[in-house]
Amino acid sequence: MSGSAPGEPRRLRLAVHKFASCDGCQLQILNLEDELLWLSRRIEIAYFLEWSSRSLEGPYDLALVEGSITTPRDAERIRQVREQTRTLITIGACATAGGIQALRNWADVEEWKRQVYPEPRWLEVLPTSTPISAHVRVDDEIHGCPVNKEQVLRVIVRALLGTRPDLPSHSVCLECKRQGHVCVVVARGLPCMGPVTRAGCGALCPGLARDCYACFGPCDDPNPEALAARFQDLGLGAADRV
Amino acid sequence: MSMAAEGAASAAAGVAGKPAGPDPWLPRLGRIVSRRRDSRDAWTLEIREQIPQSASFRPGQFNMLTAFGIGEVPISLSGDPAAMDRLIHTIRPVGPVSTALAQMRPGAAIGLRGPFGSGWPLRQAVGGDVLVVAGGLGLAPLRPVLYALLAGRERYGRITLLYGSRSPDDVLFHREIVSWSRRQRIEVHVTVDHAASGWDGHVGVVTTLVPRAQCEPQRTVALVCGPEVMMRLTVAALHAHGIPHEAIYLSMERNMKCALGLCGRCQLQSVLVCRDGPVFRYDRVRGLFAHKEL
Amino acid sequence: MTGAKPAPAQFLARADLQRLLEALRARGYRVMGPVPRDGAVVFDEVRSVDELPRGLREAQEPGRYRLEPNGRDTVFDVVNGPGSLKPYVFAPREKLLQVEPEGRSFRAQELHPDAPKLAVIGVRACDLAALSVQDRIFLEGRYPDSYYAARRRQLFLVAVNCTRSASTCFCVSMATGPEATQGFDLALTEQEWGFLVRAGSALGREVQQALPLTPAPEAALARERTSLETCAATMQRKLETADLPEVLYRNLEHPRWHDVGSRCLSCGNCTMVCPTCFCHDEKDEPLLGEPDEAGVRSVRVREWDSCFNREHAQVYGLNYRPKIEDRYRQWLVHKLASWIDQFGTSGCVGCGRCITWCPVGIDLTEEMRALREPGA
Repeated sequence: MSGSAPGEPRRLRLAVHKFASCDGCQLQILNLEDELLWLSRRIEIAYFLEWSSRSLEGPYDLALVEGSITTPRDAERIRQVREQTRTLITIGACATAGGIQALRNWADVEEWKRQVYPEPRWLEVLPTSTPISAHVRVDDEIHGCPVNKEQVLRVIVRALLGTRPDLPSHSVCLECKRQGHVCVVVARGLPCMGPVTRAGCGALCPGLARDCYACFGPCDDPNPEALAARFQDLGLGAADRV
Repeated sequence: MSMAAEGAASAAAGVAGKPAGPDPWLPRLGRIVSRRRDSRDAWTLEIREQIPQSASFRPGQFNMLTAFGIGEVPISLSGDPAAMDRLIHTIRPVGPVSTALAQMRPGAAIGLRGPFGSGWPLRQAVGGDVLVVAGGLGLAPLRPVLYALLAGRERYGRITLLYGSRSPDDVLFHREIVSWSRRQRIEVHVTVDHAASGWDGHVGVVTTLVPRAQCEPQRTVALVCGPEVMMRLTVAALHAHGIPHEAIYLSMERNMKCALGLCGRCQLQSVLVCRDGPVFRYDRVRGLFAHKEL
Repeated sequence: MTGAKPAPAQFLARADLQRLLEALRARGYRVMGPVPRDGAVVFDEVRSVDELPRGLREAQEPGRYRLEPNGRDTVFDVVNGPGSLKPYVFAPREKLLQVEPEGRSFRAQELHPDAPKLAVIGVRACDLAALSVQDRIFLEGRYPDSYYAARRRQLFLVAVNCTRSASTCFCVSMATGPEATQGFDLALTEQEWGFLVRAGSALGREVQQALPLTPAPEAALARERTSLETCAATMQRKLETADLPEVLYRNLEHPRWHDVGSRCLSCGNCTMVCPTCFCHDEKDEPLLGEPDEAGVRSVRVREWDSCFNREHAQVYGLNYRPKIEDRYRQWLVHKLASWIDQFGTSGCVGCGRCITWCPVGIDLTEEMRALREPGA
């Protein structure tokens, strides 16, 4: 960030890349709507295929990367993405943790291929789905499935100010209680993962009287063993307590 | 008004009829006048307030500095309290706010609240010797007290500065320290943990300098600031040298958000560092050093 | 805690409770009271007594809260829920000040909170005690908090005396209840035919005058004394306080901390439901201004935080309460011991919410008992 004092927004070049993912995190960026229009006047949205077919060549200042790495080609492409950008921030559970498709990591991918496809030999996939950080250096992460668009906006605006994100890493419980929601574990005996889950969603699920299923990943320094023991007391069977 | 609220209202009347002076909640506007690099990873900013304040600060106090849009952090004042038209702060970039502050160029706008906190015990030091022990960036909150001691030099006996840094590149205010040493109004000993070529001074942690201090332990006040582990070891060394615990003062550091004794962030067992410190007499915080991770 | 009653008691028939709500609304108060929601009783706006938890009481245990029918025609038999007075004076999230670019400069200005007149019905003695504790922190320090004060001035408090306790209550140990003796405008005690009503302030007396009250019969007063005494005598949990704060300062290395640290989730729920906890975070949030604006527009926001948040003890690259047991020790020692050194009172009022609303049911009265045992 040489040459500009903090507090003076600069015309930052943004790129948004997609790997193995459902596209939902990019869609959240589009869901910013008016704020995205505001951003488009302040920054250069240089490469974002879901936003515009018009793209500018790299290098870029900030790359938001969605999706996990599941093919050899993507493993190569992410290296190119890394080289083309100054700051790389992963967005969403696929990019930060491997996503739901990471279930394959415990299975026999070759077997699955055979079961699903008539000509599995045409498929070039890796046996695992891995987060971006397993392949290249990642500067920061935005968690969620999908991400919270307000967090994405905040991260981009802070990048405009020349500074890093300051997203919370504490439990969902703080968000839940700030809003006055009634705890579903205590009042209903539901196996809510909120106490070990990173905040950021605004306690969406418990706010609707549902148990949190941890789509933002673990909070800082969680204690899942103690929570699992509690869930056992509440009647959750061993098979459900992974 | 309800009785319940009556009590609250009268207690809050202090709010309506606020004491004279700037609003402690609201950042005041300042401009960066100059910026200089004072060591490998520390920059000193000179700030002029848009509306100059009439009162100066006490050495040891801190201001809350705001990088607009990014955040606010506590930074000790590191300049001369007698120079009231400017505020000097020495900053090491370690997080988003301190990084933004350390990068500010002349002309940039900055927010200021304060000064807050307790100061070094100049009164208690009068008539005796003063031993100042600094580790790393800890020299910055101590520099104002050195200026004050030098300004009233005849009131004190021997003044000694013991200063330890990680390496020669980390020595803060190097030229100034040399000038103090040369003028011999205070005795200066500098050491580094790790030497580098070109360094012909003492090598070793700062506690190894304590036996060199030429002060009379029974009439010495010791002022210590640096990383916590350094302070713990220094207190032990000072005590072994004969300086009683009630004569040793430390500057404690904690994360702060409000600086007003309200947010709880700086709490350390029975004290709130922003309100009861940052300067503490050792016997008040001695229990804290006996336990880890309080 | 018994003491001289502030004013002679009068009697309000059950059917006339609605008149109290109306009298408050007529004076411009928005009325908040206990309402059943999502399996618990929380404070929310009430316009009609029909919204109160009629015929309900609650069963509270460590980590468990259930509403159940009590087979009687009551509205205040639920002792408490996760909510307290705290959000009405110390907002969970609020804007403190705004910074705006002004030419080449900046202008900072305080944002004053919306502080509507609020009447809260159904606060318990422990809640009133907690409010006094928070008053001391927010109003009586060197820098009084005008945001808290603005809301505090606007509160009208209708206490309800507890004639039963939940299993998690221990107000008797903390000398804060079960009878409300201070800090209220009106205090009610629910009985079969209606409510004993006492005023605790000039405004309370004024509102009393709008109600169809009759002198309280001696039999009703005797019944009240008995039920308060029984409530106090049958309180299940106890916390020994005579040796506080020293007993905690002496046991900072007790092995029990490690034990509770393995059970604690560090989720922060206890600090959120605690009516005296005051820790908060402050952040500067940039706002979107005009695209061609040179400077940055931002707002300083504060929101409830917790010492269980690992970030609470983060300084530079070092965290000085890195383990859950460090943070649990910080919380308990602060609440019961160092609070006394910092503010002159205990931080605990014995409401028991931290016990009930802990997802894994950690009970501080149990932890204190264990900490008094010699360490292994």
